[in-house]
Amino acid sequence: MKYVDEYRKKDLIISISEKLKAVSEKEMVIMEVCGGHTMAIHRFGLAALLPPNIHLISGPGCPVCVSSQHFIDMAMAYSKIPGIIITTYGDLIRVPGSSTSLEKERANGSDIRIIYSVLESLEIAKMNPEKKVVFLGIGFETTAPLTAAAVLQAKSEKITNFYVLSAHKVMPPVMKALVEEGVKIDGFIAPGHVTAITGTAIYNDLALVYKLGVVVAGFEPSDMMQAVLMLAVQIESGNPKVEIQYQRVVHNEGNLIAQRILNKVFDLRDDRWRGLGTIAQSGLKIRDEFSQFDAEKHFIIEIPESTEPKGCICGQILRGLKTPAECSLFGKKCTPADPVGACMVSGEGTCATYYKYRS
Amino acid sequence: MCLAIPAKVISVDGVSARVTVEDVEYTASLLLLDDVKPGDFIMLHAGFAIEKVDAAEAAETMQLLLDMEKNRPI
Ligand code: SF4
Repeated sequence: MKYVDEYRKKDLIISISEKLKAVSEKEMVIMEVCGGHTMAIHRFGLAALLPPNIHLISGPGCPVCVSSQHFIDMAMAYSKIPGIIITTYGDLIRVPGSSTSLEKERANGSDIRIIYSVLESLEIAKMNPEKKVVFLGIGFETTAPLTAAAVLQAKSEKITNFYVLSAHKVMPPVMKALVEEGVKIDGFIAPGHVTAITGTAIYNDLALVYKLGVVVAGFEPSDMMQAVLMLAVQIESGNPKVEIQYQRVVHNEGNLIAQRILNKVFDLRDDRWRGLGTIAQSGLKIRDEFSQFDAEKHFIIEIPESTEPKGCICGQILRGLKTPAECSLFGKKCTPADPVGACMVSGEGTCATYYKYRS
Repeated sequence: MCLAIPAKVISVDGVSARVTVEDVEYTASLLLLDDVKPGDFIMLHAGFAIEKVDAAEAAETMQLLLDMEKNRPI
């Protein structure tokens, strides 16, 4: 496949690995923020190709994993309202809520549909005018503009039975929160497709104020190895900055149309993250102008205080402080077939990835 | 979830395009991307084209990687 296979050639990857061993000496901790990167690292066995002084840790960039228990419980409560159709991207329905999961509610008769594109929600709304369609909006800056585009489309097509329950989040506040909390990080492999939308300016603070290296990387093995090399060079020379490895897709200014649409529909708010608590200005809510599409404004529901699963250390895993192997439930009570926590649900969740590629 | 894959544009019809990924056809919304033409490669994410793949930049990155391979530090 073009733009994929050529970045997976073994010789290429090994030559970057050798170069990396030649240029780096310092002990360094590099966090890959994005779940897609975590998946690539394990799938291609990249950790084994790094010199022993370079440590990779996984971060909080898997949208399903960071969705708060409160959000899951809200979604569950919505699914029980008669006349509602819930639409959602795949993995979310398997996340255990405080008492049940969307998957179980579906088996109990709730109308919950998995979609590939948010635009399908609009089609479902048009075909079911007597029902109300609630789309569960999860994802970072890559995915949020799609939801925003759907809201604008619904408005222009005068669709009145489409709503969004937004748990959309933005990346920079959580990256800063981890550093401020004291998680030891020397550099970030920044999410390629988030940055394709936002542009690189969102990381300037990390480099200028926090003095951390940031390299925006693609998702093929040679992309990631090259990104680690670029970070190692920055860290060795004490010259942290924001660089793009993934130049074929990411530009400094990002996708201006997507940014405009995102900002038109959404505004920042404080938001809850699984295991990390509430982070200021880290979530996206629908602006008042579009409140007719905001599920939270339409269906006022009260839910009991949510509880996170007992024994699950997802929160520490999302901070890069622990690995799944350090969780006593990992591989025993908690497996992808029967997950206890959200990090075991999504294919790009750290626990699910470790489970799949465990040796 | 933020994954996007490179897809080749085969036709454009208003705000949507038909694209292929390894011979499988998909529809890609062009609501977030302007100026897309048949023959372009776009990054497809959950039914939307979110960015183009820049052929010149891709060639440059690849050349850099190949140079590294040629000058292996052994
Ligand atoms: S293995 Fe399961 S229970 Fe343990 S941290 Fe991961 S998701 Fe939570």
